[in-house]
Amino acid sequence: MFSLPPFRIRITAEHARSARLILSRSIALRPVSFCQALMVMAMVAVFASSYAPGVKADDIDPKDWDAVLDQATEQEVFWHAWGGETRINDYIAWVGDQVRERYGITLRHVKLSDTAEAVSRVLAEKQAGRDDQGAVDLIWINGENFAAMKRQGLLFGPWSEDLPHYALVDTVGKPTTTVDFTVPVDGLEAPWGMAQIVFYYDTARVPAPPTSMIDLAAWARENPGRLTYPQPPDFLGSTFLKQVLYEVIDDPQRLQQPVSAGEFATLASGLWAYLDELHPVLWRDGKVFPQNGAAQRVLMADNEIDIAVSFSPSEASTAIADFELPDTVRSYVLDGGTIGNTHFVAIPYNASHKAGALVVADFLMSPEAQLHKQNPEIWGDGTVLDMDALSAEEQAAFDALPRGVATLSPEALGTPLLEPHPSWMELAEDEWVRRYGTGQ
Amino acid sequence: MVPNTVIQATPGSALRLIPVITLALMLGPVFAGLVGTILPAFGYLPALGGGQFGLAIFQELLAVPGLGRSVWLSLFTGVTATIVSFLLVVLFCAAWYGTTWFRWLERLLSPLLSAPHVAVAIGFAFLIAPSGWVMRVFSPGLTGYTQPPDITIIHDPYGVSLMLGLILKEVPFLLLMTIAALGQVDARRTQRVALSLGYGRMMAWLTGVLPQIYPQIRLPILAVLAFSLSVVDVALVLAPTTPPPLAVQLLRWMNDADLSLRFLASAGAVLQLGLVVLAILLWLVGERIIAAIATLIVTSGWRFQGDASARVMVLITVVIMVSAVFLGVLGMAIWSFAGFWRFPMALPDQLVLRNWMRLGADLWSIIGLTALVASLASAFAVVLSVLCLENEAQQLWRHRRGGRLPQPKPWRPPIMWLLYLPLLVPQVAFLFGVQVLLILLALDGQFMSLVWAHLVFVLPYVFLSLGDAYRRFDDRYIRTSLCLGRGPVITWLVIKLPMLLRPILIAMAVGFAVSIGLFLPTILIGGGRFDTLTTEAVALSAGGDRRQIGVFTQLQLILPLLAFSVAMALPALLFRHRRGVQV
Repeated sequence: MFSLPPFRIRITAEHARSARLILSRSIALRPVSFCQALMVMAMVAVFASSYAPGVKADDIDPKDWDAVLDQATEQEVFWHAWGGETRINDYIAWVGDQVRERYGITLRHVKLSDTAEAVSRVLAEKQAGRDDQGAVDLIWINGENFAAMKRQGLLFGPWSEDLPHYALVDTVGKPTTTVDFTVPVDGLEAPWGMAQIVFYYDTARVPAPPTSMIDLAAWARENPGRLTYPQPPDFLGSTFLKQVLYEVIDDPQRLQQPVSAGEFATLASGLWAYLDELHPVLWRDGKVFPQNGAAQRVLMADNEIDIAVSFSPSEASTAIADFELPDTVRSYVLDGGTIGNTHFVAIPYNASHKAGALVVADFLMSPEAQLHKQNPEIWGDGTVLDMDALSAEEQAAFDALPRGVATLSPEALGTPLLEPHPSWMELAEDEWVRRYGTGQ
Repeated sequence: MVPNTVIQATPGSALRLIPVITLALMLGPVFAGLVGTILPAFGYLPALGGGQFGLAIFQELLAVPGLGRSVWLSLFTGVTATIVSFLLVVLFCAAWYGTTWFRWLERLLSPLLSAPHVAVAIGFAFLIAPSGWVMRVFSPGLTGYTQPPDITIIHDPYGVSLMLGLILKEVPFLLLMTIAALGQVDARRTQRVALSLGYGRMMAWLTGVLPQIYPQIRLPILAVLAFSLSVVDVALVLAPTTPPPLAVQLLRWMNDADLSLRFLASAGAVLQLGLVVLAILLWLVGERIIAAIATLIVTSGWRFQGDASARVMVLITVVIMVSAVFLGVLGMAIWSFAGFWRFPMALPDQLVLRNWMRLGADLWSIIGLTALVASLASAFAVVLSVLCLENEAQQLWRHRRGGRLPQPKPWRPPIMWLLYLPLLVPQVAFLFGVQVLLILLALDGQFMSLVWAHLVFVLPYVFLSLGDAYRRFDDRYIRTSLCLGRGPVITWLVIKLPMLLRPILIAMAVGFAVSIGLFLPTILIGGGRFDTLTTEAVALSAGGDRRQIGVFTQLQLILPLLAFSVAMALPALLFRHRRGVQV
């Protein structure tokens, strides 16, 4: 809880281990499987009795928007959101000002160091039988945490598709707004922002950065000790592994299908060959890894490494503006494309102020809030909206946004690669820990 | 017999309830929390569908790759750090007690006590890393490095940097505890007698003084041991990562989105608890062995007269250690104003206020809340400690009056050591259970619950810090006042309170400092609704930027320093016309 993933990471890609819940891998893999299977069944039984998707007892109907607005007035909304980045905290404070002025809602940002803290919170409340008047009204979430909460019936909804501004969301051009790490969103969370893998490097030290994972390994051999990646199962590190998988696997389409442990051993052998060769030339001989993307950025800032991976296209520009990185740093993406996804906000099943949370979630999707968020001087987080659905004026405002010196244009970012099925990530993480994470 | 009747007329019976109430306040959460942790470890957690008791989860725990190494790492680093800290403190006292050097270092070390562990660790890491401050100062001039050497210093596989980081923070604590204990024995004259018998300075202290004070510093040592074995924040900054120590690993499970890992986390917490118990037992056995060996040495008559070089070596070690902490803190202070600052620049290329300014108005509300919680928790702790100690004093009074001879050692109610339980049980092992309990009582996320949670951790330190001064109070002052016809309450208010004001305020400042450093209780019990300096600092350390961390580190240091200054200044101001009460 002390060293946590850099913001987008936590938000963007929490994918992998949701697989455990989805697949109940333990049934196949572990000696305790029977016991766990019992638990899963018991869980389903417990939650089936208490969890009814749809309108809850407190008569909130997202379709009746005027009634929602009425109810929301004067509400105090507790938004649990990762608080590790000052500029994001500032943006959330701005949202707070806006919703107070417009709707009379008081927004309280509960700053988490790990989104799972909010999940724990809701779980603890469920355990104590508090099925309304919960402490959490809104959570900034995606991937793994969303999958866990959805699976356990800890979420209110469906609601997101009923929000007025949802009509503007680009569900066709940005398919990750409806499928969160292969888990269908089903209206249980509202899309808030976009993220994509980029690499950043110091042009003063690396004239021509390697534009594929294979070339990256070759570059590392020529520049030993100047590359590393966050330690899996940190999700950014795990995404690094997935990015390698995309290149070393014979048929990248296969990544969209579930994989068994047996198949994985054959199909992913290229990944381990790649890493076995890469690790000896990594920073600290591949014996020590930064714990997350932020720790990796500090290494870049300290001049310990020359190339770093990130889940936020604007991370390098932000860091330059904050004096963290030299202004010679630039971003790039791989020739074959990089993995991308969406982050969301969700409402717990027992939230005390659902109407207020709905109104805040809707405001977050409004063109105005999305525009403010995408401004790199504010935050620089990509919009989830469909430009063609906006008015000419709004489109012009988006076009006029400045870009940070090290931020790529949407064209340069290209179309993101889809996240592989969670089973890949889960098996890769476990095997990584077994091979490289246990010392000696 | 007049005074005695008066005493019996005191609110003594109500007073006698105070220790019971205090212990209930302190231990209730600990036991409830432990139950809430142990049940899931054996498979029982209905909200997650675990309704069956069994050992399956422990089997799963043992199958975790790298677990053995995690456990070994925790045990090795925790025990070694404690032994080294203890040795340093004892040797330093032996070599330099009663000298100017000693007083000087004591004064320097006291403020360090209030520095949060994680702040010291981050500063230390920045100092020693290959791209750290020391290397920056000498590069490229002396070393020729234009980029940092690729060598492992922090996160080293044997946990050496972790142990050093822990020692930096534990030595000041143990030293101050030792100094407090020294006040209770006649250390100076004991040492002088031994010197006159021809013993070297260090040997004189080790044979004459140490055995007298050891029983009184045992508890603080065990608290250090338990803390070092289960530390999380320092470990995240300095410990190896492949695999990490057990406490880090189990907190990771606890925070994992995969809720089924809660069971594993609970089993890990039970294992962690077992480790602490094992280490404490090892320590107690070690004590016996050392005592036996030491007896042989002492009875051999070895006087170790030529200890000059040993003394200098001890002094150099301690001075290096103190400098490391101060340079680390200074480094973080510079970071909080730093513009661009990259290896091998010895200093930032510009100093800016931006890192401070961007926090704006929020900062004041955070500081206000932090100070409020800390003040309330430490005030409650002081009131409870004073009442418990006063009860103890009165019982002692009755005890003596009962015809028994005064005891050679201060007589203590045997049960009060339970107060220290929250320091000996790893926080991660019981706080989740406490959270569930508070939700059941509908007390979660309430301001007073937060103060209560802080009280649980603040009170032991306050009690520890106040106890000695309070017990040493010469109750002939009280008897005189009673004889002169004043009631017991007035006597306490007019005589005892003013005379003890200074230690009481210092104890309160200690409690204040402890409260400011608390992270897990604040985030878990406060329901995340209360932002304190430490929760902000830890949330920001996720972002990794030393500038922001530097800002909060400075604030974490400044607030307790202010509290200590008030604790020193207030009595001086109040008693400026009474030289006898000044210390």
